Amino acid sequence: MSAPDPVPAGAPAAASGLDEPTRRALAGLLLAMADDEFVLGFWDSEWTGIAPLLEEDVAFSSLAQDEIGHAQALYRILADLVGGDPDRIAFGREAQEYRHARLLDHARTDWAFSIARRFLYDTADAARLDLLVASAYAPLAGLVAKMRREETYHLLHVSAWLERLARGGEEPRRRLAEALELLWPDALCVLAPLPGEERLVEAGILAEPLAAAEQRWLAGLAPLLGRLDLGMPFRRAGGRLEPTVPRPASPRGDHSPSFQWLWTELTSVYRLDPEASW
Amino acid sequence: MTGLATEQAVWRALDEVTDPDIPTVSVVDLGMVRSVEVTDGRLRVELLPTFVGCPALDLIRRAVAERLEGMAAVVEVEATFAEPWTSDRITPEGRRRLRESGFAPPAASPSGSGAQPLFATIAMRPTATCPYCGSTDTMMENPFGPTLCRAIFYCNGCRQPFEQFKAV
Repeated sequence: MSAPDPVPAGAPAAASGLDEPTRRALAGLLLAMADDEFVLGFWDSEWTGIAPLLEEDVAFSSLAQDEIGHAQALYRILADLVGGDPDRIAFGREAQEYRHARLLDHARTDWAFSIARRFLYDTADAARLDLLVASAYAPLAGLVAKMRREETYHLLHVSAWLERLARGGEEPRRRLAEALELLWPDALCVLAPLPGEERLVEAGILAEPLAAAEQRWLAGLAPLLGRLDLGMPFRRAGGRLEPTVPRPASPRGDHSPSFQWLWTELTSVYRLDPEASW
Repeated sequence: MTGLATEQAVWRALDEVTDPDIPTVSVVDLGMVRSVEVTDGRLRVELLPTFVGCPALDLIRRAVAERLEGMAAVVEVEATFAEPWTSDRITPEGRRRLRESGFAPPAASPSGSGAQPLFATIAMRPTATCPYCGSTDTMMENPFGPTLCRAIFYCNGCRQPFEQFKAV
């Protein structure tokens, strides 16, 4: 069964100057990035008030605010490209129409799990943002330049926690290692190729295919995880790191019951009255 | 009145619009004003958001529009990401006012022009000078504080926690 077309219908934005296949590929990239940040932001916000330390209540609330802010700005660029209303794109879709990576399908679970997921996502997202900083699509390049400055603090925060848990004695380390092991296959979904991405590379919107970013991401992770004696399910093959775990068939679809639950929560107010101004 | 004089008047008016969280600094002090254009009875101001998800942005935009009302037939206030706001845009006067209110001004922006891979910033070690005693023997306690633009530090010199306007 083919997934429903994720790109909302609307008047083509003639001003973008892009041909139709490139415009559709760009819309797909924007939707994937926006949905990633949006869904992670809502999972993060669940820690508000119940994190293990007061400082982390503050930190995760700020992370949530950052991610949802990034999503809002990305939905805005998408709406300018394809027509429509950013709020309707953010809240007005069915759960299976969201295009976030499967890594973001998992529920918050425990603290070590949230840190493991954030570490894998933030580092993969960093490699993706690096491909967009000099994008030929000016609205995206401008936003990414701003987002990268904020993501610096996310990386700093999550890598400090990764180390703290990895060196924190038997139970924290065990929980962290188990979470990483469980999440690795779905982490590969963040930089999985997107439909039509070769058009984006040709147009200078994306510096390189996402597969190149994936290799740089893995090469960057290896020393960090190696230093903490945390394994990575990869083998070297012809100078590349190849996963020894299966890649999910549907990297940005076939969403989990956990996400279905989150969707019900995060759209509940919007669905009360989609036309209201809150 | 010449166009130039009007533009100066607009900048003076903007300097009266303060940050809702830190009322001692203005949007001009913070370097949030990217441009002021006055043409044919039309006044256009571009603001650079300090953080993408800053919840005060709408409030600030409305406050700017209200302050400028009547200075031209048409007043437009727009937020843009056409160039990133960075903490290096805070003026010397803004830094002085932050310090006076008990905030450490930001250190030099750590992520620079963005040429290096983002990944490399994991090794970054943010620094701050204590606004109370001037010591540089300080450490970051939490990269996240009461608002998106503030981080929490601790001063080993005078043993006080303090907030820094984040370097971004």
